[in-house]
Amino acid sequence: MGTRRYILRKLVQAFITLVAILIFNFFLFRVWSPGDPVSFLTRGQGANISEQERQALIEDYGLDKSTWGQFTEYMKDTLMLKLGSSSFYQGEPVMSVFLRFLWPTLLLFGISTLFSMIIGIWLGIRSGWRRGSLFDRTSMIGSLVLYSMPEFWLGMLLLLLFSSTLGWFPVGGRISTNAYELSGFGNAIDVANHLFLPVLTLTLAYIGQFYLVMRSSLLDVLGEDYITTARAKGVSERQVLRHHAVRNALLPTVTLVALSFGYVIGGAITVEVVFSYQGLGLLTYTAILSKDYWLLQGMFLFFTLAVIVFNLIADFTYAYLDPRVREA
Amino acid sequence: MQTPPLHVGIDAPIGPVVDEELPPPVPPGSPRRIRWARRRKALHRFWLAFRRDTMGMVGLAILVFFIGVVIFAIFADTSGTRITEATGQPLQPPSWDYPLGTDNYGRSVLTLTIQGAKVSLLVGLTATVITMIIGAAVGLAAGYRGGGTDTVLMRITDWGLVIPWLVLAISLASIFGQSLFIIILVIGLTTWPSTARLVRSQVLSVKERAYIERSRALGAGNWYLVTRHVLPNVMPVIMANTVLIVAIAILSETALSFLGLGDPFSISWGQILQQANDAGASTLGAWWWLGAPGVCIVLVVLAFTMIGFALDQIINPRIRDR
Amino acid sequence: MSLLSTRDLTVTYQTQGGPVPAVRGVDLEIDRGEVVGLAGESGCGKSSIAGAILRLHPKTARIGGTILLDGKDVLELPPGKLRALRWTGASIVFQGAMHAMNPVQRIGAQIAEAITTHHQANEREAMVRAGDLLEQVGLPGRRIDDYPHELSGGQKQRVMVATALACSPSLVVADEPTTALDVMVQAQVLKLLTRLQRELGLAMLFITHDLSVLVEVADRLAIMYAGKIVEDGPAQRVFFEPEHPYTKSLAASFPQIGDPRFRRAPTGLGGDPPDPQHIPGGCPFHPRCPEVFEPCPDVVPSLFPAGEGRRAACLLVEGAIASARGGA
Repeated sequence: MGTRRYILRKLVQAFITLVAILIFNFFLFRVWSPGDPVSFLTRGQGANISEQERQALIEDYGLDKSTWGQFTEYMKDTLMLKLGSSSFYQGEPVMSVFLRFLWPTLLLFGISTLFSMIIGIWLGIRSGWRRGSLFDRTSMIGSLVLYSMPEFWLGMLLLLLFSSTLGWFPVGGRISTNAYELSGFGNAIDVANHLFLPVLTLTLAYIGQFYLVMRSSLLDVLGEDYITTARAKGVSERQVLRHHAVRNALLPTVTLVALSFGYVIGGAITVEVVFSYQGLGLLTYTAILSKDYWLLQGMFLFFTLAVIVFNLIADFTYAYLDPRVREA
Repeated sequence: MQTPPLHVGIDAPIGPVVDEELPPPVPPGSPRRIRWARRRKALHRFWLAFRRDTMGMVGLAILVFFIGVVIFAIFADTSGTRITEATGQPLQPPSWDYPLGTDNYGRSVLTLTIQGAKVSLLVGLTATVITMIIGAAVGLAAGYRGGGTDTVLMRITDWGLVIPWLVLAISLASIFGQSLFIIILVIGLTTWPSTARLVRSQVLSVKERAYIERSRALGAGNWYLVTRHVLPNVMPVIMANTVLIVAIAILSETALSFLGLGDPFSISWGQILQQANDAGASTLGAWWWLGAPGVCIVLVVLAFTMIGFALDQIINPRIRDR
Repeated sequence: MSLLSTRDLTVTYQTQGGPVPAVRGVDLEIDRGEVVGLAGESGCGKSSIAGAILRLHPKTARIGGTILLDGKDVLELPPGKLRALRWTGASIVFQGAMHAMNPVQRIGAQIAEAITTHHQANEREAMVRAGDLLEQVGLPGRRIDDYPHELSGGQKQRVMVATALACSPSLVVADEPTTALDVMVQAQVLKLLTRLQRELGLAMLFITHDLSVLVEVADRLAIMYAGKIVEDGPAQRVFFEPEHPYTKSLAASFPQIGDPRFRRAPTGLGGDPPDPQHIPGGCPFHPRCPEVFEPCPDVVPSLFPAGEGRRAACLLVEGAIASARGGA
């Protein structure tokens, strides 16, 4: 069946891209980076590391082998999720550090993207349907302005307004310092409190992009002949919009949304920094500041893998929506 | 961070057909002179169309204003940016002496913002040049030659698109050091894939058109076809894309500077914001410090975006009157 | 009483360059079961009439005059009644079926949509009827689950015909139904249309620029030029014994093989159809007319009787000058 072949093709492409990324990752952080990977590995533990332990680490990660030998060792290790240890976190394995900071980012990213998409797309549809109206013109201007703002700057503004001026929300962090005193429900409220401004920031930052794309696709579609056919058949305007216009306008939207994942991730990183929100973004920032290359390598891998996965999801969604691609 | 340039409405085949028209009924100069006369006329027509677009004109006005700021900045006194020569009280709100207030060292935010314009715009424009050269070259090669070249180049482009640009930029910057040059290079290297894609699809649509085949039947070689037929029809899209890329490049530099990867010896709007954030401007309520550079960034990016959208509308008659 | 009757129908589009009068006063009558052909070059306004009958034009277009469909004035109907009338009173077979169907919806669903919109059946029954309709146009009923891109051009056009019949309309407007098709397929679709018209006793308004088709298919023929009808009457007589010089040129462009009357090579007509915003004074055809004479640039000829059930808007028609002088 066409669909199965399409899925297979996309999976193979994703796999090839992944392999290319792994190779690039190796070269970037091992071969080209200044300094000695061994020292980065052991730096975290400072002077507390014995010669034996040091030697064990070298052998464990194959750091004494030739470049090719190191490369094979690296591929093996990466597949087993053995990603080295972080110098900033005193030799803690990168994988373990990563897992600690994962779910706050997932929470932030997931909620923001969801809201952003839903609101942006809804606004875009409404705007495109009533082109030239006051609603259209104001939302267009608003979206353009939001689109032109650096997300972290928006975050700083919101922080200024809602936190230091109005005092409605905490100034940063993921949880309060006395979080361990709170009960389960209290904990949830605490997390939500800290999550609110970052989520608001990211949501507002990306509404513009979804809005503009959806509006433009809808305007394109509304000029098509089959819209006239539907109206001629006596179909109500609402049904024309829902079944014919939007269904087709979603296609380019999905494509463009997929293309922008990489950028949205960048935004999440800077916003976490502004709010000192302990997620993967802040972790990456810390890694930069402390030149923690093993950690950076792991972050690079993760973020890229995330984009590959999102793109796959977008590809499959597109195939679900558009029967024409399944044939090819 | 920002999204890939939103060519709202341009996905593939569009563009006016710049066919070789009949020469105007004037005494025939050399073919070259005729060509240039034609180009000047086309440019004039284009300007008339652009003038009608309010959004584009507003964008242009803002841009001209900031170019003026940069020119002023080049000749202005830069002493106010050095911490040791700070003359004001720290963290003062706007006043007559310091129209935009002062930062935590007592430097005038106005001076900082004006000087910051230089680097922000310079990096934005230079990085765009790199992006466009690589992107257009890859797109042209892939689209025109097709086959194996196309597949290989597109795989590389896809690979470039998959890596989150900030993560790559961060990695490159932290490995290869922090300087203006590196920043420009890094932004250029991470932004070209979306341009390549766009150019390639436009080249593909131009290639389909009958006059290419006819031209070839008449004996036209590849170089002739590319320079005389393909390029003139792809140029409008490239121009519109360039403008939107500048907007992205500026935002990219801002983000990189904010994360501390900027050139430590220069001032850019992003770096002002970085210093402001590090000093806790938000919590201290120093709205002028983070407001001024931020508003400038928004205005400049908005300007380029609006001009870019206006260009899109002129090039693609389908999306006119939006 | 005729099924469709238009009086002084005008359609004017509002554009950036000013108003464009595409249709400038057309009187058309179609009786039940009658096939009326409407012919003319591109830009003469014939397609605008098709859209006007069901009020499918964008709001920026101004439609004047009266259109009586089954006794109801289409231009005065409130939106609900208009939608109810669409497809049940009259339906349209659009040109370029390639783009007249929703690419992401199965064709059975698109046919059934017309039926369920008018509450003529529930969803399941509507799908059954869709299958029957496909059989009626010569396609296997099981293809209701196909998508438009899985069909050839001719097949798509058949589906459009099937859709047009879904609500058993009294009038079917065929707007250039064969223009975009290969000659062989054209013949098939034409045969289909004539068969269905006879079997179901449909009235048809057949719009095309291809006169040769109309001679076979139409009972009556109307020729349009520059937004007005310049000649009408029984199809065979208008084609073989044209009264208006434009009709003569048009007919001469479609030679019938084997017919001795066309032994001479087909002659074309110089010049272009007039720009609707700059229609020549007097008779709009006079700049191109091979039989132009003195009063033509000054007098606007109306449709004078030119034989049994025939009219022509030309001063050369017997008695035209006299009545023009007398009336004016």
